Amino acid sequence: MNQPLWKITVNVLRQKGPTDKPHFQSFPLEIHPDEYVLDAIEKIWAFQDRSLTFRHACHHATCGACGMRVNGKEKLTCITSLHTVVKNNGVLKIEPLRNFPVLSDLVVDMGHLYRQTEEADFQQVVPLEAAQLPYEITPNRTPNEPYERLVDCIECGLCVSACPAAFTSTDYRGPAALAAIQQGIAFAPNEVLFDLADHENGVWRCHSAFECTEVCPSNVDPGWRIMNLRRRVIHHRISRVFKKSQKVSRP
Amino acid sequence: MRSSNPHIIVIGAGFTGCATAHDLALRGFRVTVLERGDIANGTSGRTHGLLHSGARYCVTDQDAAIECIEENILFRKIAAQCIEYNGGLFVALDEEDEAYGTRFEQGAQKCGIPIERLTGNQARKKEPNLTPKTRLAYSVPDGVFDPLRLAMAFAATAKKNGAEFLTYHEVTGFDFDGKGNIREVSAINRHTNEKIKFTADMVINATGAWAGLVARLAGVTVDVIPTPGVMVCYDQRLVQRVINRLCEPDDGDILIPQRRMVVIGTTSFEVEDVDYIPVTPAQVELMHQKAAELVPAVAATHQRGAYMSARPLIGSTTLGRSLSRTFKCYHHQETDGIGGLVTITGGKATTCRVMAEKTVDLVCNLMGVSRSCETREVVLDSYRDYYTHS
Repeated sequence: MNQPLWKITVNVLRQKGPTDKPHFQSFPLEIHPDEYVLDAIEKIWAFQDRSLTFRHACHHATCGACGMRVNGKEKLTCITSLHTVVKNNGVLKIEPLRNFPVLSDLVVDMGHLYRQTEEADFQQVVPLEAAQLPYEITPNRTPNEPYERLVDCIECGLCVSACPAAFTSTDYRGPAALAAIQQGIAFAPNEVLFDLADHENGVWRCHSAFECTEVCPSNVDPGWRIMNLRRRVIHHRISRVFKKSQKVSRP
Repeated sequence: MRSSNPHIIVIGAGFTGCATAHDLALRGFRVTVLERGDIANGTSGRTHGLLHSGARYCVTDQDAAIECIEENILFRKIAAQCIEYNGGLFVALDEEDEAYGTRFEQGAQKCGIPIERLTGNQARKKEPNLTPKTRLAYSVPDGVFDPLRLAMAFAATAKKNGAEFLTYHEVTGFDFDGKGNIREVSAINRHTNEKIKFTADMVINATGAWAGLVARLAGVTVDVIPTPGVMVCYDQRLVQRVINRLCEPDDGDILIPQRRMVVIGTTSFEVEDVDYIPVTPAQVELMHQKAAELVPAVAATHQRGAYMSARPLIGSTTLGRSLSRTFKCYHHQETDGIGGLVTITGGKATTCRVMAEKTVDLVCNLMGVSRSCETREVVLDSYRDYYTHS
């Protein structure tokens, strides 16, 4: 804490109501470089402008509320240290997530994403083994009892904001929901999930840009999951055809 | 039919506000929730997520402990969708901790908390990252919840039953009739800067650590002391269960696994300004050292973040931690001669449902409504239905 405070300028994209024209507003700020981007925004709200709106809840990367674009890149602001995105006397640009309707300032309507993950029947609590990615090396100190845990996806929407395909169509299920479907199918395959995935607005709209995996703050790796889901969908199609022909050939 | 029912305005959409809206809606009230930010953006969101078994308080505060174990069991039924139920351990590292074990066993038994005594080796088999200095441990039925999703699950169910949630609506004042009863609540829609007035038959101030500030808008005082604690979050799930030090509640004596992380808590001090509480590096360092005593691997694990959360402790002049953690309900007609206003504050996340129950019991009583509480039985809707129920 002996480090002196940094002087930074925070440019925030503001908008009040759906018809207001978005515009940047500058806030000068003195702040410790080890604090987080969310602290900077909260400080602006607390001491400079009470009309600033932003979403936040847990402040430790478990809830997914505080996703924003920081210098043009999607970040979970509660765990993004200022010194990783700005220098002393530098400028920080804060914008709301893309591909979501803006309600005001930095607040977007997350409804679409939550409705998509609900449709995918996304379980937040699963057995410990199912919460890991299959290619991850399990730590050698594994517990000898069945445990459960909350999964990695926190529905923060960073992947949707960064996705170039989500930009082209509002009907696209998007990386978070497809990752949720992949998790569901890996856990317990079912026809409803396959139908959601095997669709022009499902796995086939993805351009394999892997921007989702790049910005994911929580190890979900949606890009890998979508590719894995494609393989599962193809296998499923083949096995379905095979089952049908078996039925036909049998008198 | 429904429009003739009494209209209740709940201020605050943290655990207490959401659980209260849920209870009110089940009992047939018209409910509007006004929240200046989003769901759980104050203390509720920033909790460490421990679903208490009550064991933490079974020696020092048995009322709180009994409340906790009762609610813990209920939450398994109504909110399993967002809770990791892996239990917890209370770990003894020295003679003093071991001696505390006797009082702990008696306390747990008295409060009805099922515990099991383990040797150091048995405990380390369950949790390989525990320090080899572990002398003995007790397993307890602790759990860990996702804070935002728990609040949203209450809100989603309330919405399905007719409650209206107006987030980003900040209450700016109250209007009274000639007899000192609150009749209207003024608010500002922070999305549009529009000013709006709401008529209400009753207002419930459920703003936790901010309850004193909101009460002041109505000209009354509420004795709540914002008592923050620091939490430090690490990048690895070093333990599967909640790890507590077997001692009286102290700074940095608890590790809480959550998703792929572990959260270390916490300290306790008092503040005046609850809107912005800076994290002090000295407290973070203290958490780090204390947690490494229980789980040495903490020392080599990357820190993911640190944050502050302000508990709403009910005050007098005594120091923070020794205050009872149980909640308090103020009927301002009795305490201040202001009608139509009830404040509920104190408590903890684990007890939010029973806080809501008692508050709505009081409201029913005041309004002459006889309908009993159903929140013990009703399994909460998916938290995502907050966005599907209009």
